[in-house]
Amino acid sequence: MSNAKKKTGLWLDVWKRFKKNRMAMFGLITIILLSICAIFADYIAPYGYDDQDLSRSFLLPCKEHIFGTDNFGRDIFSRIIYGSRISLTVGFFAVGFAIVVGGILGAIAAFYGGKTDNIIMRAMDILLAIPGMLLAIALAAALGPGLRNMMIAIGVGSIPRYARVVRASVLTVREEEFVEAAISIGASDARIIFSHIIPNAMAPIIVQATLGVASSILATATLSFLGLGIQPPIPEWGAMLSSARQYIRDYWHLTTFPGLMIMITVYALNVLGDGLRDALDPRLKN
Amino acid sequence: MMIPVLLGVLFIVFLIIEITPGDPAAIMLGEGARQEDIENLREKLGLNEPFLIRFVNYVKGVVTRFDLGISYNTKRAVSTEILQRFPKTALLALLSSIISAVLGITLGIISAIRQYTIFDNLATALALFGVSIPNFWQGLMSIIIFSIWLGWLPASGSYGPEYWVLPALTLGTSTTAIIMRMTRSSMLEVIRQDYIRTARAKGLSERVVIVKHALKNALIPIVTVIGIQFGGLLEGSVLVETVFAIPGLGKYMIDAIRQRDFPVVQGGVLFLAFAFSFVNLIVDIIYSYIDPRIKSQYKRDKKEKSDSNKNKKEVAYE
Repeated sequence: MSNAKKKTGLWLDVWKRFKKNRMAMFGLITIILLSICAIFADYIAPYGYDDQDLSRSFLLPCKEHIFGTDNFGRDIFSRIIYGSRISLTVGFFAVGFAIVVGGILGAIAAFYGGKTDNIIMRAMDILLAIPGMLLAIALAAALGPGLRNMMIAIGVGSIPRYARVVRASVLTVREEEFVEAAISIGASDARIIFSHIIPNAMAPIIVQATLGVASSILATATLSFLGLGIQPPIPEWGAMLSSARQYIRDYWHLTTFPGLMIMITVYALNVLGDGLRDALDPRLKN
Repeated sequence: MMIPVLLGVLFIVFLIIEITPGDPAAIMLGEGARQEDIENLREKLGLNEPFLIRFVNYVKGVVTRFDLGISYNTKRAVSTEILQRFPKTALLALLSSIISAVLGITLGIISAIRQYTIFDNLATALALFGVSIPNFWQGLMSIIIFSIWLGWLPASGSYGPEYWVLPALTLGTSTTAIIMRMTRSSMLEVIRQDYIRTARAKGLSERVVIVKHALKNALIPIVTVIGIQFGGLLEGSVLVETVFAIPGLGKYMIDAIRQRDFPVVQGGVLFLAFAFSFVNLIVDIIYSYIDPRIKSQYKRDKKEKSDSNKNKKEVAYE
């Protein structure tokens, strides 16, 4: 049980360092608030996301509608709250998908080395040679719109990133003595990889994943903005911007608020990721 | 190394074409086409061959004739249409990279030599905003502010120099931020070296110390980032061109997506992926001019070459 105690000690240290970083705490709190918004959208949003009232369309921000209303008279604030569901879901699941696939590939490459390593990593190089956003656009166009397809389209492009991170950290961990010990008691390859190597190689993966969620959320908004992601009337920040474009000359508030939300979310995840990196690996600071 | 990677890229793009729903022959002939005609066209286009043979033919077509297929819409060769539009995209990316290199390096140097002052803190915080802002939204907002409210610059099209200002600045924002961060950290590392102290000790002016001794040594990671970012700028131009209605490759591709004109989308992706790899190759060559150490490593030992490559990549992913 001394193992478990040591583990909590490590994470406590990380938390202590993390707490001191004000920017990172701001990021964490923002993300928690956003998640609450997404989960309890039905209770928080003052109106439904598709409650139309044509007599009250294009209202500027006022008391009843703090962000104003859009061309159908729908409350923009409510739509933004509901929109956080899509962004966060796609952001987290796309990264989750990429981590699982990339992580397994990276771990296999590092653990077996030689030819296996070579084949896997060259395949990753090929994927990396295609600019991520373009790959996502091409995939999304081919797969068609929808939540699941968008997650795949965005996730595939970031597989190589995780494969590389996992491979690099597994390569360093592999040489440690506890791995040798596990081999000597006859543990299976899968057991060694999943219960000894991966938990000890987590730190860089967590950092990479946080930054990855940020870029996935950007990509989600971008795809929807281009009409490749979520279809109306479901509110998505990028899709809201796309329909706001038509009215840009007359109504600034349609464009301003959804974009502001994207920026705040991405910014929060970026500072959170930076803070995690400093907290997990104090040597990297400065 | 570049050729197998490009072949792999070709394969992936080909696979994406494969999973795209819809029969190209049927789409090209439009609705109400007779089954016979569709069959004939399928035969003519070679769509009835097995997968691998079609892939080999596709590669042959791309390599020997630069044949990227025919647009469903205009029935013209995708390659000619792409080449017609690419100069605008390249110019936009080039303008943005010049702007962001100048701005990013300057701000980065000032931040580094005035570390922890208000300027530094402000610049670092702003840089993080620059990375987080979605460039299509920034484009829309700058249209609202600078074209609609202030009326200083035109909102869309490309008819003269003034039309490039907003797009180039929009596209360059995140790159500026990234270059600035890289310059700052790279300069901070160099400034603490002994040879900088030596340079100061022999009484050189601060300007000479910073520009000639510090910047020159800090330049390698910065050039890497600029190179990588140039590829990113080509990619980002897809959106910025759409927002500002610039008739470049990016807008062409997005319009093609709206019209379900898949050969154009895939041809564009392929073309940009090639451009991206080509830029990376050029960056690799430029290294050896900036840093003679890398060149001598290439000569000395092949084994060490792969090591230095790995190091470079790690730098690139910072």
